[in-house]
Amino acid sequence: MREMLEKIRNQALDSIRDAKQSDDLEAIRVKYLGKKGELTQILRGMGKLSPEERPVMGQLANKVRGDIESELSSKVREIEEMALAKRLREESIDVTLPGKRPSLGGLHPLTTVLNLITDVFLGMGFNVAEGPEVELDYYNFEALNIPRNHPARDTQDTFYINQNILLRTHTSPTQIRVMEKQSPPIKIIVPGRVYRSDAVDATHSPIFHQIEGLVVDENITMGDLKGVLDVFAKRMFGEKTRTRFRPHHFPFTEPSAEMDVSCVTCEGTGCRICSNTGWIEILGAGMVHPKVLEYGKIDPNRYSGFAFGMGLDRIANQIYGIDDIRLLYENDIRFLSQF
Amino acid sequence: MLVPIKWLKEYIKLDVSAQELADAMTLTGTNAEGVTQIADDIKDVVVGRIIEIKQHPNADKLLTCNVDIGKETLQIVTGAPNVASGQYVPVAVNGALLPGGIRIKTGKLRGELSQGMLCSAEELGLERMGYMDDGVDGILVFDREYPLGMDIIDALELEDEVIDFEVTSNRPDCLSIVGIAREAAVTLGTIYREPQIALDKGIGNVEDEARVIVEDPHLCSRYCARVVKNVKIAPSPRWMRRRLAAAGVRPINNIVDITNYVMLEMGQPMHAFDIDKVANNTIMVRKARKEEKLITLDGQERNLTEDMLIIADPEKAIGIAGVMGGLNTEITSETTNIILESAKFDAGSVRLTSKALGLRSEASSRFEKDIDIVNVERAIDRAAQLIQLLDAGTVVEGKLDVCSGDLEPRIIETKWERINQLLGVELTADIISDILESLSFKAEVKGDLLKVTVPSYRQDVIGMADLAEEVARIYGYDKIPMTLMKNTIALGSRTREQTLTNRAKDVLAGMGLYEAITYSFVSPRIYGKIGFKPQEYPESVIIENPLGEDQSSMRTTLIPSILEVLSRNHSHRIHECKIFEISNIFIPKSKPMTDLPIERLTLCIGEYGSDLDFYSLKGQLEALFHVFGFSEEIEFEPQLHPTFHPGRTAGVMLAGQRLGILGQVHPNICQTYNLGDKVLLAELDFGLMLKKAKTEKQYTKLPKYPAVTRDLAIVVAKNVLAGKIEKTIRATGGQLLEKVELFDIYEGDQIPEGHRNLAYSLSYRALDRTLKDSDINHIHDGIIQALETKFGAQLRK
Repeated sequence: MREMLEKIRNQALDSIRDAKQSDDLEAIRVKYLGKKGELTQILRGMGKLSPEERPVMGQLANKVRGDIESELSSKVREIEEMALAKRLREESIDVTLPGKRPSLGGLHPLTTVLNLITDVFLGMGFNVAEGPEVELDYYNFEALNIPRNHPARDTQDTFYINQNILLRTHTSPTQIRVMEKQSPPIKIIVPGRVYRSDAVDATHSPIFHQIEGLVVDENITMGDLKGVLDVFAKRMFGEKTRTRFRPHHFPFTEPSAEMDVSCVTCEGTGCRICSNTGWIEILGAGMVHPKVLEYGKIDPNRYSGFAFGMGLDRIANQIYGIDDIRLLYENDIRFLSQF
Repeated sequence: MLVPIKWLKEYIKLDVSAQELADAMTLTGTNAEGVTQIADDIKDVVVGRIIEIKQHPNADKLLTCNVDIGKETLQIVTGAPNVASGQYVPVAVNGALLPGGIRIKTGKLRGELSQGMLCSAEELGLERMGYMDDGVDGILVFDREYPLGMDIIDALELEDEVIDFEVTSNRPDCLSIVGIAREAAVTLGTIYREPQIALDKGIGNVEDEARVIVEDPHLCSRYCARVVKNVKIAPSPRWMRRRLAAAGVRPINNIVDITNYVMLEMGQPMHAFDIDKVANNTIMVRKARKEEKLITLDGQERNLTEDMLIIADPEKAIGIAGVMGGLNTEITSETTNIILESAKFDAGSVRLTSKALGLRSEASSRFEKDIDIVNVERAIDRAAQLIQLLDAGTVVEGKLDVCSGDLEPRIIETKWERINQLLGVELTADIISDILESLSFKAEVKGDLLKVTVPSYRQDVIGMADLAEEVARIYGYDKIPMTLMKNTIALGSRTREQTLTNRAKDVLAGMGLYEAITYSFVSPRIYGKIGFKPQEYPESVIIENPLGEDQSSMRTTLIPSILEVLSRNHSHRIHECKIFEISNIFIPKSKPMTDLPIERLTLCIGEYGSDLDFYSLKGQLEALFHVFGFSEEIEFEPQLHPTFHPGRTAGVMLAGQRLGILGQVHPNICQTYNLGDKVLLAELDFGLMLKKAKTEKQYTKLPKYPAVTRDLAIVVAKNVLAGKIEKTIRATGGQLLEKVELFDIYEGDQIPEGHRNLAYSLSYRALDRTLKDSDINHIHDGIIQALETKFGAQLRK
């Protein structure tokens, strides 16, 4: 019986080793271990053995069964692994083929830049105010210290609806509207669309965008104006950016200034972009004119403030290197998808 | 304002280059736009003397000249008829450069060697430098003997630089050489020399020669006049012509040149009338009469109106005050007696007149910025002085001066410390008053008070803030320390509406749409283009002075703008285009407009592309509504609109209010815009969306018990709207009905004509238990029954 068990084991293990697929293994399992399998048959004959032999043979038979079972399961694993490896081999793809991109749109570059600028000023405690695009002459000019027949009106060629109503030429009228409603401290920026009757060319558009800023409180100085705008310039154009303030004239500020930033392209050494000056004009600013404070119903003897205004389109063009303002309003997808 | 450096040096000591001056002036408030070199386009043209002239052997009209240029003698072929031996002439030698980029080279002319060119004044471009060649045909012949070989730039003293200053509207005093000189002197810390005005005694008495009557002193606060007799009209001397030309004014004759010279030098516009053509030698300053006309110096007939101030004699108009003189009293070569005018006309009046006539002049641009009333008198004396200097006529003794204006200087009193407070600096009273004194203000400090007397030419300086600016710009803007406001810790924020708008834009961009920004004005006829009949055109806000009729109407809808953008992209062969814009539309409140219009923030979406249809656009809107938290309150219903396909368009309602429209564009409109057939468009009242948005979120417990799903397939007539069926299912299903999903629509085989099969998946769920069939059966049956009775639906098994 011992020999028979050994023989069964050797035969079984041999055939397991030779098996090629899982069906063969199943057949082997049935042949030896199944209900009518060879090993099972032998075990049935155990009863004929002597009580002394029985445990010895029982142990041996169990070992044979164990050996066959473990060989079977390792072979099963081997075959499965091979099958998986084969499948994976077959499933391999060309990873250099293009991906399936979800269609993504995008914001207009003016919106993106407006958000950048707004975030800088929000961080400095400014709130965002808005005002109407169709505006009263009073707010657009008179209350900003630009009376009728003032030569400054020539520099802002105006679209009129009628004698008293016009398309705002700047976002500054919102200064007055805010001052009328709110007492100091005031700290706002005002983004918006503005209109001037300029014929369209690469640098002019009858519609463009401005961002206005206004700060009114006690003890606001021109040093504050410089400090705030310098921080803005550094956040916007990089920490290396330097600012320069030149005296200028605006009817609604006194003293008035224009701010240049060191050219982002050449860092101030002079290049084509900055016409070799090293500087790029970015915005106009100044201390709020006492008359303008009065128009805003704020006492100029107690409060002072500063205001600034910049052209969003120009700044966007500067940042992205856009050389024609018309592109901003043509909305060519090939243009819009670049941002 | 063009400022020639040589002229400027008459009044200041200048040790720096023109570029350095320009840069420094920019930082004290007079922005220099550029520096140009005069005559830098002439190189290697030297003085030569013609020593021998021979006939050219091969050409009748050419001559061969031997010309001594000092170090050598050149042979030069010329066609000029006026050459003669012994003449001193300009010679362009081999390699010379002439204006217009012309290069002169040694070569052969009809077989004869020519080592350069003899130049005419025109070829050298000398006219633009004020150099007159007396109309000679041929080469320029010098009127004196310069050293041979000398560069003509040096010989004729052509070298000069001109700075172009941008003068702001508050500084009319800087529209003059002396004004710029004053600023330059302070900027550089150098000496300013005032022009010395001194006249020799004249003949007779002006009172006997002329009269001035100012009828409208409000519009003419001062009028000074002088009379000059025995005028000899001639060209003015070269130095004056050169200065005028360099400053951009064409020299004409001595009298006109003097008036222009004084205007450029002192900033006071002047005019000269031929007094023999002025009736009764009487100048009247009055308003024009109804339908009065005048031919101005430029030969144009001008229709005057009653609000225009004019200069007249007792019979006729002879000039438009401050704008332009009349042709009838023009200075001509026959003029022998003149009356000079120097006046201050009302700035606003000059501005309106010049605007109404479309006529701007050097004079009007100065008058309309308000000129210095004290300077009026000085300027006329200066003109008389120049007439004597140029020997252009005999000045009559005395001047007429009708002055109703205030000649008293303005005085400003303030605490000097306020200047420091405004600027954020700590200057002493001495520094402040020194700066003001350097600018010719008189400044007295008494304790904490500062008393400032303003020069007459600084009418722009009115209060403390103006003084602060004067101090700051001379002290140096760059020296003001940068600070950040104290006591302001609050963090800023966007408003809820601004935040939501940004969110909407991000969501739309995330769904593949690009944001567009288009012009707010459109053609008033645009509504026809999008299918409206003329009687359907909406009232809109109309621009009185548009760039063109096509841009004269503020838009009441974004649809035409968006269609335009789609059309432009389509024409570039872009196969898919999805865009949106969020901008204002403008709705007038009344007509005529007395109030500002309503500005309504509007969202417009436009799309075309092969994979897109009504439902893809509707899906995008539904996603957006979900973000805005009001999906539940949205309803769609079929709608008719002239721009849209009649069967594929829905009105959108939000909580019972009209929100907008979406649909497929009408094929005719697609054709009008050169677009393919399937274009989708939506326009929504974005302001209403902002108002109704529910952004506060509340957590709902996740379900613990499973849902039970039942399918429901019904056959109904095609004209029964799915929206109504779903509404009925939901209403009947009650609280246990959690979800209704339409998963199949089928028409065709086995479905009766005009009907369709709709298959829904309904899920039921209770929060507190697992539902049993018995819980659901009666609800589900109720739904079926409701659909049967309401819509004649047949259950399909």
